[in-house]
Order: sequence, then C-alpha cells, then structure tokens
Amino acid sequence: MNPGYLWGIFLGSLHAMVPITLASTGEVVGESAGLFNIGLEGIILLSAMTGALGAEAGGPIAGLIVGMGTGFAIGLVFGAICTYFKGVQLIAGVGINLFAAGLVTFWLIHLGVPGHHAVAEESMLVNISTPVGDFSPMILVAIVLPVLTYVLLFRTKLGLKIRAVGENPQAADVSGINIHLLRLFSTAAGASLAGLAGAYISVGWLGSVTKEISAGRGFIALATVVFSGLNPLLALLGGFIFGFFDNLAVWISTMPAVQQVIPWQFVSMAPYVVTLLVVAGVIGRARFPAAMGIPYERE
Amino acid sequence: MQDREMGFAGRIEELNKTVIAGVVGFAVGALIMILYGYDPISAYTALFSGAFGDLYSFSESLANATPLILTALTFAIGFRGGMFNIGAEGQLYLGALAAVTVSLFHLPSGIGIALSIIFAILAGAIWSLPVAILKAARGVHEVISTIMLNWIAQFLAFYLIAKILVDPLRAEKTISVAEWGRLPLLVPGTSLSCGIFVSLFAAIIIYLLLWRTTIGFDIRAMGYNPLAATYAGIEKWKIILFVFITGGFTAGLAGAVHVMGRPPTYAVYGGMPSIKGLGFEGLAVAMIGRNHPIGIIFAAIFFGGLLAGGRMMQLFSQVPLEMVRVVEGTVVLFLAIPELIRFFSFLRKVRIPLTFRIKRSQNKEGRQL
Repeated sequence: MNPGYLWGIFLGSLHAMVPITLASTGEVVGESAGLFNIGLEGIILLSAMTGALGAEAGGPIAGLIVGMGTGFAIGLVFGAICTYFKGVQLIAGVGINLFAAGLVTFWLIHLGVPGHHAVAEESMLVNISTPVGDFSPMILVAIVLPVLTYVLLFRTKLGLKIRAVGENPQAADVSGINIHLLRLFSTAAGASLAGLAGAYISVGWLGSVTKEISAGRGFIALATVVFSGLNPLLALLGGFIFGFFDNLAVWISTMPAVQQVIPWQFVSMAPYVVTLLVVAGVIGRARFPAAMGIPYERE
Repeated sequence: MQDREMGFAGRIEELNKTVIAGVVGFAVGALIMILYGYDPISAYTALFSGAFGDLYSFSESLANATPLILTALTFAIGFRGGMFNIGAEGQLYLGALAAVTVSLFHLPSGIGIALSIIFAILAGAIWSLPVAILKAARGVHEVISTIMLNWIAQFLAFYLIAKILVDPLRAEKTISVAEWGRLPLLVPGTSLSCGIFVSLFAAIIIYLLLWRTTIGFDIRAMGYNPLAATYAGIEKWKIILFVFITGGFTAGLAGAVHVMGRPPTYAVYGGMPSIKGLGFEGLAVAMIGRNHPIGIIFAAIFFGGLLAGGRMMQLFSQVPLEMVRVVEGTVVLFLAIPELIRFFSFLRKVRIPLTFRIKRSQNKEGRQL
C-alpha cells in the first residue's frame, strides 16, 4: 500500500469528520447550558436541503449561510419550547426529527425527482487544491471552531455564564443572568452549527440531497458529545474517529476483494458499532451539567 | 413529564392538549401546503374521506394501525418508567424477518403461526437486550444506544434479505410467509387482518401489566420519581431490564403482525419500504396517545387513518403523502409543551367548548396534578 493511498484515506476521514465535529461542537455549547437536543439529526437533514437550494440560488457560501440560518431558526423554536414554555426536551427533539424527515421527503417530491436532488456542479463549494490532494475549506473551519468554542466556554465570562446556567441555574439566576434567554441563544447557536454541518454535507461534500442524507450523523454527534465530556477539543478528536469509520465503510465499498470476505452490509455497520462501543467505554468518566434536561423554574 | 396519576379532570385536560396540538399540526401543514402552492382544503378533504370515509378506507386505517399500536407500546412502557426507548424501529425489522424465517420450514398452520410470532418476539427482545445491559451496567443513554442499534439492525436486515431469506425467483424480496403462516383477513379485499386483535390484546395486556401488577407499579414509580423509588427499595436495573425486554417483545410482534398479515406479498422487500418508519411513527403515536395503552389504540387508528388517507390526498390533490409526517412532527413538537393549554389561553377566555374550564391544582413546579 503506497503512502498516497493512506493519505487519501486520511483526507476522506477528514471530510467525513466535518459534519460530526461541527454538530457536536454546537451541541457541546447547548448541553453546557443545559439543553439536550436530540433534534440534531433533523436539523442536519433539513439544512442539507435548504443549504443545497440556497447554494443553487446564490452560490456555495450563501448555501452554507442558509444552512446555518435554518439550524438557528429550528434552534430558536426548540429553545423557546424548552425554556420559556418548559417543554420536555426529548419530545421536542423527536418532533423536530419527524418534522424534518417529513418536510424533506415532501420537498424532494415537490422538486421533481422523488427521493433525490443533485446539487448543480457550479453551486458546489470548491475544494482547495494542494499538491498532496484536494480538500474542502470546511475542514479548516471544523478544526478552528472547536478551538474557538473551547476558548469561549472556558476562557471568557460569557462561557462561564453558559456553564453556570447549565450547572446551577438557581445560583446563576440570583447573580442576575437571564437563564431562559442565555439557554435559548446557546442552544440556537449550537443548532446553527448543526445547520452548517447539514449544508456542508450537501454543498461541500456529497453533492446531493436524499431523505437519508443525515444517516444518523446527528445521533453520532450526540454520542461524540458524550465521548467529549463537553470539551470541544475532544469533540474534534471524537469527530475524527467517527469520521474515519464512516469513511472506511465508503472506502471498502470500492474494493471488491474485501467485499468477497466481508459483505458491504457489515462494513456499513462499522461507524454505528464503533459509536456504541466508544460510548460504552467512556461513559463512566463523562460528567454532564447538573441541571441538564431540566426546565428551569423559579422557586 | 406527563407521567403522573390523574383524575378525570386531568384526563380531559390531556385530551384538550392533544386536540390543540393536533389543530396546530394541521394548521402548520396547511401553511406549508399554501407555501408550496397546494390547496389545503381539498387536500384535507381527500385525506379524511380517504381515512374514514367508507368501510374500505376504515379497514385500511385499522390495518395501518395494527403495527403502530405495538411499536407505540414499546415506547410507552419505557416512558412510563422514565426511559426514552426509541429502539422499536430496529427491533421491528428483525421481528419481521424472524417471522419470515419460520416459513423456510414446513409446519402445520396453528403451530406455524405460533412459532413465527414467538420467533419475532424473541428477535425483538434480543435486539433490545444490549440497550438494557449498556444502560444498567455502563450508564449509556438509551437514546444513543437504540439509535445505533437501529442502524446496525437495518444493515443486518439488508444482509438477511439479500443473502439468507432471498426469494429464489425474485431477488428483490424475501420469500413470502407461507400460506399456513398468514393471519386470516377480516375484511376481504382490504389489508385488514386478524393482526388487529393481536395488537388490541397486547395493548390490554400492557395496560394490566402497568396498572394492575406490582412490577407495573414499580415501573411507574421509577418514572415518576426515581429517587423515591430507589429509596423505597425498587431496584433500578430490574426495571430497566424489564422495560426494555417487554418493549422488545411488542416491537418484534409488530414486525410479525405486519409481515404475516399484510397482503399481497407477505414478504419484505430490499430497502424495506413497507416497514421502514413504523417504529418512529409508533413513537409519535405513543405521544399523541399520551403513553396510555387505551389512548394509543385511538391515536394509532387516527394516525393509521392519516397514512391511508394520505394516499387519497396524493392521488386527488397531488399533495405528497409525506405531508402527513410534517403534521405529525409538528403535533409532537407542540405536545412537548406541558402547559400548552395556558399557552393558548385565549381559547379559554373566549369559551370555545373545546377547552372545558377545569379547576386546577398545581404543585410547586407549576405542573398540573
């Protein structure tokens, strides 16, 4: 096996890493503030759709922005339900997933070809060309964002406030922080990263939208958050691990020799099996905010 | 959480909440149809007449409700115990395929049906077991483990359909359930089979289990207040194991009644178009039925009706069937709000008979008791 081949696998893993890292970094922010959003899957799916349409209307950058905006908007709805209206977070998340799955399938049928929408070539995000291979600029974004998020959460006053409303909302309330507002914007900001992840999948990576384009990545991102213990830097590492196995499945599917030994169905299971094993292995040390999942209510 | 004991007034309030969420869901659906240039009125007319308009429609609605009741029960048992079991989807795939597997052999009818069902139930439970073990032993949240197992089940099912159970004459599907293994049809010319009785029976069993047995009490106590339940000596791992295994039973059974009772093919196709999503729809049905077996029966018939009527809507108004799922998602989203009625308190002020005036007592957290 030559080095170029291995480098190709590495680049493929990086591309597969981007959506998981982005979504889990966003979710780290939301969960730090105490909101557990299992609607990530639906957000990724819907923003892959809106992102693709945005890109076709105004270019790839517009597509990414539309995707982020979609995530932010859904995050606001989710956040409002789970803060001001004291909603049950898991149920609201399921609602988002069902809504997105229905709307995207509906939308795909409406666009003409049921089940599939190819993003026009000229609307795709252009890869950066280097002597060692082409890669998407979004890889850089996915590496920089967790670092910035780490600084935000652990080195700034705002980060301290975000963590305070997740850990001890009563105390934060007494110190004058608007709990609901901060939680609302933390989860919406987090959801906008999931939206960016979705737009990247369609506009920057796979170049198409299907009703299963998110392929459980929202849930893998949730697992990555568990793995990270709410540290964005570890979310980057976790994203790479899951990206590697995600890419592995695609890579092996191009090799008939391997498929003779292991059927493709079993290779496709790899990212999900690995996620399960990793989460089972690390869960003991992961620690979540004391008030996560609980709607805040003044005494 | 909605998991609390309530009297008659509380039930009415829950019902009102469901109705309001339903109205909001249909309103959002109508809005989206207008945005995309469809006519919501003709669409909804086609939808409801296609769902409950005549005997044929109603039979189809009941046929759709058959597996949904069971997958909803999977979720409801977990929810009553304070757990969020969304693993019905994968367990249902394997239950359906386990039932098909029995048809590889030649058996007399009665034994054949019984064996198919038992195989399916066991397959569902076996697929549910890792979730319980991971949760009890390692504290893995069931949302993550069930979703991962759903995906693994999907690829396992793809493999079984393509390689093990494949129909030698038609490679795109599994072998059909043998004549002796099919559930008899109730209304000739429709899809409604005796499977509906299996589902209703299961709902009653789960009701009795949750409200008339000690383990049921323990499950509800754990869901209502885990700390108090643990203090009272209820062992959490036992509840976890029981909840997930029972949930696996009903999800596996859902797969069996669907594949054994659904004409014309009595088989599972590659890609599983006929059974995919039944687990997640069950989840919505459970929420709309307020996680109560009796509520679930009505919610499943209603929702099964929307799916049957959705075909008519697609035919006559060209609105894609998926609109039904958009409505469903919106309903669930709004059902997450515990004080939905207060959220729409203007309805109360104008005294629309929809919302009865109910004297409410509140606990410290502002929830209705």
